[in-house]
Amino acid sequence: MRQILVRSDHCLGCKSCELACAVAHSTSKTLFEAIGELKLPQKRIFVESNGDHNFPFQCRQCLDAPCVHACMSGAMQFDLKTGLIQVDDQKCVGCMMCVMVCPFGVIAEIPATHRVAKCDRCQELDYDPACVSACPTKALEFVEVQEFAHSGRQTFLDQMKGVN
Amino acid sequence: MKSPKSIDPAVLELLPKAALDGVETVWDRYEAQQPQCGFGSLGVCCRHCVQGPCRIDPFGNGPKTGICGASADVIVTRNLLRQVAGGAAAHVDHAYEAVEALELAAKGEINYNITDETKLQQIALGLGLEISGKSKAELALDVVEVAYADLAYHGNKPVQWLMVNAPKERIAVWKSLGILPRNPDREIREAMHQTTMGMDADPVNLVLATAKQGLVDGYSGLKLATDMQDILFGTPTPVVTEANLGVLKEHSVNLIVHGHVPLLSEKIVYWAKKLQAEAILAGAEAISVSGICCSGNEVLMRNGIPLATNFLAQELAIVTGAVDAMVVDVQCIMPSLAQVAACYHTEIITTMPIVKLPGATHLPFTLENADETAQEIVRKAITAYKRRNSKKVQIPNYKQKIVAGFSVEAIIGALSTVDAEQPLKPLIDNIVNGNILGVVATVGCNNAKVTQDYMHVELVKELVKNNVLVVATGCSAHALAKAGLMNSDGTEAYAGEGLKAVLSAIGQAAGLGAPLPPVLHMGSCVDNSRIGDLVTAIAAYLNVDSALLPVAASAPEPQHEKALSIGTWAVTMGLTTHLGVVPPVLGSKLVTELLTQGLSDVIGGKFYVETDPLKAAEGLLADIRAKRKKLGLS
Repeated sequence: MRQILVRSDHCLGCKSCELACAVAHSTSKTLFEAIGELKLPQKRIFVESNGDHNFPFQCRQCLDAPCVHACMSGAMQFDLKTGLIQVDDQKCVGCMMCVMVCPFGVIAEIPATHRVAKCDRCQELDYDPACVSACPTKALEFVEVQEFAHSGRQTFLDQMKGVN
Repeated sequence: MKSPKSIDPAVLELLPKAALDGVETVWDRYEAQQPQCGFGSLGVCCRHCVQGPCRIDPFGNGPKTGICGASADVIVTRNLLRQVAGGAAAHVDHAYEAVEALELAAKGEINYNITDETKLQQIALGLGLEISGKSKAELALDVVEVAYADLAYHGNKPVQWLMVNAPKERIAVWKSLGILPRNPDREIREAMHQTTMGMDADPVNLVLATAKQGLVDGYSGLKLATDMQDILFGTPTPVVTEANLGVLKEHSVNLIVHGHVPLLSEKIVYWAKKLQAEAILAGAEAISVSGICCSGNEVLMRNGIPLATNFLAQELAIVTGAVDAMVVDVQCIMPSLAQVAACYHTEIITTMPIVKLPGATHLPFTLENADETAQEIVRKAITAYKRRNSKKVQIPNYKQKIVAGFSVEAIIGALSTVDAEQPLKPLIDNIVNGNILGVVATVGCNNAKVTQDYMHVELVKELVKNNVLVVATGCSAHALAKAGLMNSDGTEAYAGEGLKAVLSAIGQAAGLGAPLPPVLHMGSCVDNSRIGDLVTAIAAYLNVDSALLPVAASAPEPQHEKALSIGTWAVTMGLTTHLGVVPPVLGSKLVTELLTQGLSDVIGGKFYVETDPLKAAEGLLADIRAKRKKLGLS
């Protein structure tokens, strides 16, 4: 299964993924209209920096998902069909427990509804996750894990050149 | 769904060849840039100081101000003012060179003539100069002195070129808003200053400063440049020629002039004729000059030189494999030209000290050495012809007949065959009786964001169908020429009944034996001044403010800063000005509303953004109808 994986050394911190994520979760799906919507759309990806590293954070789809365990209303669940953790907007009571337990801090509040939102991998869209498409440096990839790991090994070998 | 790259059949034929030849084009690079940065697209990215770059979160979660405290409103307007000042700078610099040329020509220091003495006298009279008893060289120097005085003025009086040429009602409006420009160079400098870190943070004040730059562009750029160029090279009169890449000739030396300033291209046209024998000696049938962008328009208007193509297809001209040399001066020259030319035998020749392309041949052009440089360029084209690889040649067989050369003088000339006493009367009468609903000027560029020429052509077809008289300049004129909207057949095919009747009557009276085209080609981008002159003349004839006239402007596919500065000038003239591509201002609701609504209360004109050509036509028609109603016309 493909995952959203990050090459953080490519991330320039431009936040294009954040904008694209918000637009993908807007009603109009276009930037120029989305910024004028009555209920502004909520991004679910967050570019953080500690000065040395930039990193675009989004839901890592943990197997032992603390957010699912913490959710008292059953809104946060494993969706068997897609194999992803999804939020059922109707069931969310806005207790923010999931926000507190998420180790990556990638669950956001939708201020207008006082409910939570997180990365849904653009499940309703018939294209790659919007953040991945928007990344100008390809820091974000939507790839098979083994493919990503393979390219990591190749990079390591390249770095070894000239060492021996 | 991806939109097609172009509606131009020559472009569609050459794109596969470009791919086959391994040539990367503007459309490939456009795709590689997708998706484009949302912050930049909304205008909320600021790079004016080194604390930045800063950007505002348009969805309200992140920063609402830059590090210095600038809001989205401030960042958007500062960016806009700098862009419009950039456009104005290009036009004023262009005009300045033309003034210098007239000065040196009048002093007899360079080999350029003063061709149009009538226009010189008319301009001199307009400036309030004494003309009797003066030679044309003396009079030219008097005119040059006034032009230079504007550009070197230290006081607070407004630009003279504006004060003598703009409609009086408009001057009063601009004065009340405090936007009458002084020395244009000073205003452009001030705009750079006003937008640097820690300066103006009032979006309304910044928008007014932008409007002032529009006036700098209109009068110290466009108007001054056209006036000087008409004096030097002659005021255009109707010419018949052809447009699109089919004008390239398989057995001729093909030399393309590309850029904006006619000082060199006029000489190229002259020497290409003179040196025909050398081309024949080299095995060619002739030397064939054609044009791209506004250098193309300038020599088209005055010499009937055919148009090769417009902005977006400049690389594809080279891909034909039949262009032996492309000589460029300033503006809209894609930096990629040298790389494209490297795949063929084409010589790219740069000529200006501020436009050099690595990989191209640079032959410095100065007014003093103009003839030598022009000859050298023509000879380079002839030499390159000998290297041409016939296997790589593919000239698309597409071209359209066009009638161009419609300066205001030429239009008045045609109208005076109907009414010699009051030439404007037949035009006005037909606007009053509704045969002509109104006038729309389409101007400006191509933009890789939209299908090449599509907005220009579809918008204009809808307008002329509804009896709107369309006048065009720049790459818009190229687009409409290529689409067959600049010949008599176009009138038959596309014009509404009322418009057709008027164009036929004038065509007959002027002895053309055919209707005038539905779209009148008025020249290059600086020749938007001609449109301004026409609007000013109509307003003066009717004794009304130009903001009340059923006249609108449109830049259907704008890309250049110049398009923004020209558009801003059109708004200051009181015109509703359509933009077919969204400018980078939407990040500020306040500024967007000011530009598209609020401005019209104080200045009469406004921007109108609509990316669909039919809806845009509807919007412009509604605007024209509303203005007719206000004037009491049905």
